[in-house]
Amino acid sequence: MTIYIPTPLRTFTAGKDAVEVNAATIAAALDELTVAYPDLRKHLFTSEGKVRAFVNIYLNDEDVRYLPAKEATEVSPADTLSIIPSIAGGRQTR
Amino acid sequence: MSELRLSRAVYDAIRAHGEETYPHECCGALLGRSTPDGWWIEASIRAGNTRTDSAHNRYEISPGELVKIERESRRQGLSIAGFYHSHPDHPAQWSQTDLAEAHWLACSYVITAVASGKAAVTNSFRLAGDTEENKRFEAELIKVKDSAS
Repeated sequence: MTIYIPTPLRTFTAGKDAVEVNAATIAAALDELTVAYPDLRKHLFTSEGKVRAFVNIYLNDEDVRYLPAKEATEVSPADTLSIIPSIAGGRQTR
Repeated sequence: MSELRLSRAVYDAIRAHGEETYPHECCGALLGRSTPDGWWIEASIRAGNTRTDSAHNRYEISPGELVKIERESRRQGLSIAGFYHSHPDHPAQWSQTDLAEAHWLACSYVITAVASGKAAVTNSFRLAGDTEENKRFEAELIKVKDSAS
């Protein structure tokens, strides 16, 4: 399956905007990705191994956090994962 | 200072977007190519502001929409180079909120001040640094050009 890499993380994948992995679940796919490109890990996961709050992972057009099995969801070779950092802001100060 | 080069069409389009959504913040994505001289922005895509609860001073693009924007950028052979939004009746300067919510390292964040419904200053800031912990905005020069050369 294909994992699409967003612009800010391509520095850590040797410039690749897409990486092919062979995995059975979303978690396994992300694991294979970070084994191949270890510098990605700290940008995707907390020290506890959870996906960082501002990192959105989409399986095709579905947000993984809302899938019943979440990262344990099984995937097929035709599926795609998209890594999408959040985008927000505005003039109000927190 | 780094430069953000964009076409006249894109520059006008993102400013017009801010005028149309006034008094609310507009937002969208900038698509371009990375060159040795920095990003060359060829296209912009408008996005919906999901912060309907506070659209006059906050914006957010849904990740689901970003997935579609990324797909379109690939179709055009481009990359998401950054994002734009407007500040109604407020300076075109980044806020602490903008920085806290910025995660697209090495991308450009373009802000247009819209004063009384008219686009005024447009500024660009590159999100420098290589981690969440050392990220910072650095002002960059906007160059409006007719072509990438």
